Amino acid sequence: MDIHCPLPLGNHETVQLAHGAGGRLSDELFSQVFLPLLQNNFLAQKDDQARLPAFTGQLAFTTDSYVVTPLFFPGGDIGSLSVHGTVNDLVVGGAIPRYLSAGFVLEEGFPIVELERVVRSMAGAARECGVEVVTGDTKVVGRGQCDGMFITTSGIGQVRAGVDVSSSNLRPGDRIIVSGTLGDHGIALLAARHGLSFAGPPLVSDSAPLHRLAAAVLDSCCGVHAMRDATRGGLSAVLNELASSSGVGIVLHENTVPVDDAVRGAAELLGIDPLEAANEGKMVVVVPAGDADRVLEAMQACPDGTGRHAALIGEVVNEHSGMVVMETGFGSRRIVEMPLGEQLPRIC
Amino acid sequence: MKYIDEYRDARVVKRIAGEIAQLTTRPWTIMEICGGQTHSILRNGLDQLLPGGIKLVHGPGCPVCVTPVETIDRAIAIASKPGTLLAAFGDMLRVPGSHGDLASARSRGADVRFVFSPLEALQLARENPHKEVVFLAVGFETTAPGNAMAVRQAAREGLGNFSVLVSHFLVPPAMQAILSSPDNRVQGFLGAGHVCTVTGTGMYVPIARTFSTPVVVAGFEPVDLLSAILRLVQMLEKGITGVENAYGRVVASEGNPAALAVIREVFEVADVVWRGIGTIPASGFLLQERFSEWDAVRKFALGSMGNADDGRCRSGEVLAGRITPDSCEAFGRECTPGHPLGAPMVSGEGACAAYFRYRCSSVPSHSR
Repeated sequence: MDIHCPLPLGNHETVQLAHGAGGRLSDELFSQVFLPLLQNNFLAQKDDQARLPAFTGQLAFTTDSYVVTPLFFPGGDIGSLSVHGTVNDLVVGGAIPRYLSAGFVLEEGFPIVELERVVRSMAGAARECGVEVVTGDTKVVGRGQCDGMFITTSGIGQVRAGVDVSSSNLRPGDRIIVSGTLGDHGIALLAARHGLSFAGPPLVSDSAPLHRLAAAVLDSCCGVHAMRDATRGGLSAVLNELASSSGVGIVLHENTVPVDDAVRGAAELLGIDPLEAANEGKMVVVVPAGDADRVLEAMQACPDGTGRHAALIGEVVNEHSGMVVMETGFGSRRIVEMPLGEQLPRIC
Repeated sequence: MKYIDEYRDARVVKRIAGEIAQLTTRPWTIMEICGGQTHSILRNGLDQLLPGGIKLVHGPGCPVCVTPVETIDRAIAIASKPGTLLAAFGDMLRVPGSHGDLASARSRGADVRFVFSPLEALQLARENPHKEVVFLAVGFETTAPGNAMAVRQAAREGLGNFSVLVSHFLVPPAMQAILSSPDNRVQGFLGAGHVCTVTGTGMYVPIARTFSTPVVVAGFEPVDLLSAILRLVQMLEKGITGVENAYGRVVASEGNPAALAVIREVFEVADVVWRGIGTIPASGFLLQERFSEWDAVRKFALGSMGNADDGRCRSGEVLAGRITPDSCEAFGRECTPGHPLGAPMVSGEGACAAYFRYRCSSVPSHSR
């Protein structure tokens, strides 16, 4: 007589509600997926917390949630993005990133091989940035209650001694540098989401870690005034925030703002302004005028290539406090407004 | 050759601006109809390059702006019904109806999606056979052929779960309405370039003749617009009237016969309401009777929903070029892109949105 014991089987192909319930299946998921891929002594302890070594100096702390769709997109995926984004928020504060936490909300029915793919990508990104994912959590919600997967990462870093960067540090005369072409991520995602393809080079997200680039900037200049990660809202949002926080005006020169040709073309067709589109591997650096050329060269020479298209795009001025003004190639001027929110394409 | 860059060449732009300055001896008021042209002018600051005597006023060529409140309310009503999917161009999602917009309806659970083409909406209907898919078909003559094709295709496939909510407008009746107004100050028009790729240029001839107002069909790039303004000013200075084409690389005088044919097959001309302006006779399209099965108004038995607009909104005067957006008391105060009182503050082609985005009230000059 065959007896079939009705205990749940191991080796599931898809995520079950029980995987988030804290019992045996949760432990299996952790031991079979997260621990082997993310691999470090803190996680191996399997404690409720990671007890970190004592720090000296100032700490930087940040958090971000990642709800990107599709999960895998040209140039990246939610796993690597969740590491890059949080690392970048730390490094633009002059911090050396050290430790991350990772909270996952998974949808019931999500394929385990896809989860492994995401976590593997996360692990690779963490190694590249020199950070460890030392603690985490997994919850599972019912089918249809989240879009596959949401990830929240928080990060801790040690601020380099002597670095004092802040959005309120801008002074008239400062020069503004952007590390590369703008709008790549937002346009690539929008095209991917709507199944749009364009002739010519493919549109690819610029998702990348900026720890080496930030180090190159700070090594070349000890008096950097501000550094910002230009993510949602794009360059326009960052510059408006900087102008507002510092109570200064900003002038941009349209001909110097770098935008990839393919991105510009797609953006025009879609009716999106590349300066308002998201970036995931670009930073804005504001430095005193005398340091600008040296910092620009250091960024362009950064060995990982993240600053190869760095460009001087404008300056800080006394006038029109809180406003960003663009000088067009024709000698006319217009305002660069703070973007509203969800971008709406043209109708005709 | 990078095709677009030729038409954005700063040296050419400056040269043409110089020529305009040299030949202008009197003040002229010129209107561009198309919202895309309005945005290009403001974004590139082209009006700043013209001599002070030339005044550019902005016309009602923004179909999102002139879509009646009732149509928005109908779209929201449809979207809020269970089992429906409302597809629209992105701009339409934030146009205020009587009570909120499509975006807020979506946040309350309505299935509202933005699409880039009516064919995408057709595809949604094929992929969602258990949903009633409605496409908010908005535009001037430019988008009419595409929308007509979508309806014709739905009819050919017998696609029973697809319909369109039509909001189409025609340019010439609007021009006539503006020119016929007793306080009209417009002396010349920049013709809507992309509308003319469909219709050709002949439709402007009776208007130019009747009102002795020259029309120069213009494109959208800085060189296109300034070249057209140059030609128009030449005509005005010499007292010449007539219709000329300064967008010849895209516009043929006879238009696009295939596009016109599909429009004639699916649509018929009707009196329609323009938001902020009122009813203009023979100024819009409705679906012909034989396509009534794909007409959302019939399908959903939507009665009249009234057309009340926010009393503070002066969009009608803006659309007719009688005031500039920054002269409106509510501009930048109660009315901003974040909480618009009317459509021109929301649409990617609306004059109020263009002013808010690129000018606030005036662009500050600065010293280096």
